[in-house]
Amino acid sequence: MNTKQPIRSAIPYSRGNVKPLLNEIIHALDRLLNDDEPTAIDLASLPFAPGELDELERALGHGELSAELDALGKSLIRETAYPGVWWVEHRNTGGEVVGRYIEITRSPEILMSQDADIGAGRARLRESLEDSGHQSNKEAGK
Amino acid sequence: MKTIPTLGEILQAQGVSRRGFMKYCAATASLLALPPAMVPRIARALEQARRPSVIWLSFQECTGCTESLTRSSSPTLEGLIFDSISLDYHHTLQAASGDAAEAARHAAMQENMGSYLVLVDGSIPMANPGYSTIAGISNYDMLMETVEGAAAVVAIGSCAAFGGIPGANPNPTGAVSVRDLVKDKPVVNVPGCPPIPMVITAVLAQFLTFGRLPDLDLHGRPTAFFGQTIHDRCYRRPFYEQGRFAETFDDEGARKGWCLFKLGCKGPITYNACATVKWNAGTSFPIESGHPCLGCSEPGFWDKGGFYAPLSTGKFGSGGKLAGAAVAGVALGAGAAVAGRRRQAKYTKEG
Repeated sequence: MNTKQPIRSAIPYSRGNVKPLLNEIIHALDRLLNDDEPTAIDLASLPFAPGELDELERALGHGELSAELDALGKSLIRETAYPGVWWVEHRNTGGEVVGRYIEITRSPEILMSQDADIGAGRARLRESLEDSGHQSNKEAGK
Repeated sequence: MKTIPTLGEILQAQGVSRRGFMKYCAATASLLALPPAMVPRIARALEQARRPSVIWLSFQECTGCTESLTRSSSPTLEGLIFDSISLDYHHTLQAASGDAAEAARHAAMQENMGSYLVLVDGSIPMANPGYSTIAGISNYDMLMETVEGAAAVVAIGSCAAFGGIPGANPNPTGAVSVRDLVKDKPVVNVPGCPPIPMVITAVLAQFLTFGRLPDLDLHGRPTAFFGQTIHDRCYRRPFYEQGRFAETFDDEGARKGWCLFKLGCKGPITYNACATVKWNAGTSFPIESGHPCLGCSEPGFWDKGGFYAPLSTGKFGSGGKLAGAAVAGVALGAGAAVAGRRRQAKYTKEG
């Protein structure tokens, strides 16, 4: 199956909320390409009719890349069939959705390793290396 | 005075990564109805935020507002209590009772004098102080004593905000709202029967994040959530414009999800965020389930006529408001208004 192809909705744009949003995404892609300006759309603020969110998800389809983040609950970060358009869904530890966004960007910020985490990781690695050094010395009877 | 750790310090001590924190901030931005571009600013503010002490007082109420909050998913109540606020007194939820509970309230007041938040659900009976007491203290005395050292008061639910069902005609207990009594502290009203849990947590999150209360409308409600009517944001609004209405709960219009105006929907004159924030972790809201909006976040909604009487009968709100609704629906809406009046007249005659 070619995952780049969006799955077509059986009821095309039934209440009229999906089509304007797709147009907004095209404008956001223009800004990304021409001015390098990313956009994030918070889907919680839009008055979707029943089924429209699924319709939007189907219209955007699945792209080549998806990632799962495990921090304070799971998050799904998935590129849609349209490069530069990302579906980002945050869940809490109970599995409930706490945020759902469409990000029009080269890569969502949350995918990047954060400086604070890099620094903490470096400290952990150093500590682990020192511990293993001490252990080796102990075993060698030094 | 005890040192209160910042939220950043608490999360760090719990081993929450920076990514996790950014996710928390994104959820908070969504909760506050702020654009995602605000996330970095929220992150900076939350890192330095210190947990405010919260005292929750329950008066003439049904516990529906607490039930609403304890089913809130964004953020979880557990997270809210342990990470974002210090809930020092809530006589329904706390383990302590009697003197020990009252001692906890007084301790929280003394330790956080001038900076704690008071949340109130339920109205206050003024006809006789004995109508509602806690540990032998009348609701009025407990409210006035507790708010004295508070930074602000949040009235949760329509009873605390406007008197609610205890205040409905004939109001046997002489029930009044928090705002009727508290004049020298900022009072935020979060009405609804019950209020949307996310809106309750959003007010707390706003105070936590920016150290100030949200902008309010004429009735003291946060404009971020009460700035537009249910009708303005309703996904069935296009059917109103087209003049397509459900006439009964089992007709073709009802099955096809048409506008519920003729079945008494109060959406055109009700300011709330149900149509966008929705209920049960964003599952749906009453209109999406096929039931008209009752207008529960408006002052005195219990006394404004039948829930199923169309607005066009003029019992709910003024004729001017109805005219506004009909104008919005152009000629078709006006046609619906006339038809609604006829139908109501028929019901009245038959009833």
